Amino acid sequence: MIGASLSMAGARLGPPAATLLGPLDLALHPTGITMVMGANGAGKSLFLRLAHGLAAPDAGSVTWNGQPARGTLRQRGFVFQHPPLMRRSVAANVAFPLQALGIGRADISRRVAAALARTRLTDRAHAPAAQLSGGERQRMALARALVTEPVALLLDEPAASLDPASTAALEDLIRATAGQGVKLLMSTHDIAQARRMADDILFLDRGRIIEMGAAKDFFEAPASQPAQRYLDGKL
Amino acid sequence: MSTLTSVWSLVAAFDATLAGIVALSLRVSLTATLIATLLGAPLGAALAIWRFPGRRLLLLIASTLMALPPVVAGLFVYLMLSRAGPLGDLGLLFTPTAMIVAQTLLIFPILVALTHQAVVPLMRDYRDLLASTGAGGLLTLRTLMWDARFAMITAVLAGFGRAIAEVGAVLIVGGNIAGVTRVMTTTIALETSKGNLELALALGVVLLTLALAVNVAMQLLGRLGRRFETP
Repeated sequence: MIGASLSMAGARLGPPAATLLGPLDLALHPTGITMVMGANGAGKSLFLRLAHGLAAPDAGSVTWNGQPARGTLRQRGFVFQHPPLMRRSVAANVAFPLQALGIGRADISRRVAAALARTRLTDRAHAPAAQLSGGERQRMALARALVTEPVALLLDEPAASLDPASTAALEDLIRATAGQGVKLLMSTHDIAQARRMADDILFLDRGRIIEMGAAKDFFEAPASQPAQRYLDGKL
Repeated sequence: MSTLTSVWSLVAAFDATLAGIVALSLRVSLTATLIATLLGAPLGAALAIWRFPGRRLLLLIASTLMALPPVVAGLFVYLMLSRAGPLGDLGLLFTPTAMIVAQTLLIFPILVALTHQAVVPLMRDYRDLLASTGAGGLLTLRTLMWDARFAMITAVLAGFGRAIAEVGAVLIVGGNIAGVTRVMTTTIALETSKGNLELALALGVVLLTLALAVNVAMQLLGRLGRRFETP
């Protein structure tokens, strides 16, 4: 099967009296790019953490292809807004998730080389990760997330601090990944970026999903007032 | 002036007795540092990585024991190893082994507390990555200890520095027996009390030279490590 289908049923983070997120109910298409949108504090990062399995729901369920997210974390990749840089070389950073999977050395070096080539970081392989530029860091984080050949890739505002050229390069890589049948779930603040890339939109407001559907419909005729205000730049 | 001249000639000559004393000092303190590192560093790292009951208490004990007076460590080991003590049958009192045990006990808390300090900021940076890749416990420990290695060098050198410089513990459990358990610091104390200041000073010079070498090594390694840190 290609891709991976995320489902949530009554998923909630935080106690009932002070809910941070949810209750959320959804079932996403197993392929394509789903953009998670919403104003600051709407819960985009928390949503992605819950979806990946980094946070356990306090109620309800979060599953990928019917399996609990918490138990299937290694089948997916995650790119953080500020990617953790291990105090190692770029190649060693990219190799880490493969080590976590217990993969042998020879296989690791072959797959790392492929991931670095794909993200155009081959000539930076032996540089300490801390010496990379902002754009290179995000590409390294992408290489690190893709090296395990995940069925789904989650990205938390990956282009938030990048210049236009680096953003374009990153978007190309993300689109190419989606083209290979990997499910993409990505948050963004950038409405133009969402228009360029999204197949579906998931719009969050104060921890709740208030719109979910095809990107075209969302941008042409948002159904809810908060989404309309957000698109008008008023939220 | 004549004292200084003879100090330098003693250091320059570096005769067999002096060489033996320096060699024993190094053997005892390096072995103690190695054992304390092998035991203390993983414990310090584990205390930084995992939350478990008693963690805070262990950290409090380790940081308190960093100030353990060497004579108290020596006294404790003496009580354990003396003929009437629980480990008296081993016959280890007044041997270099007893000195290694005492110094290991003395610097073990330093290795625990300073390794903990070195790993805490790294764990803060790595936590999300470790969780999102589903890294197991052993890989987590290995990864953090390896990536904190430059900061941990400080812990190791601080431990070695304390071991090589202390006199109380090795004096009590070693007994300062010439040719058997006599090390630099106990010799300095003895020769000073005998009025033999030249030899005492000569050993002081050797000890300071060692301290200098240790510090230079620490700074060089630290510079190497900074390449990997985010500016």
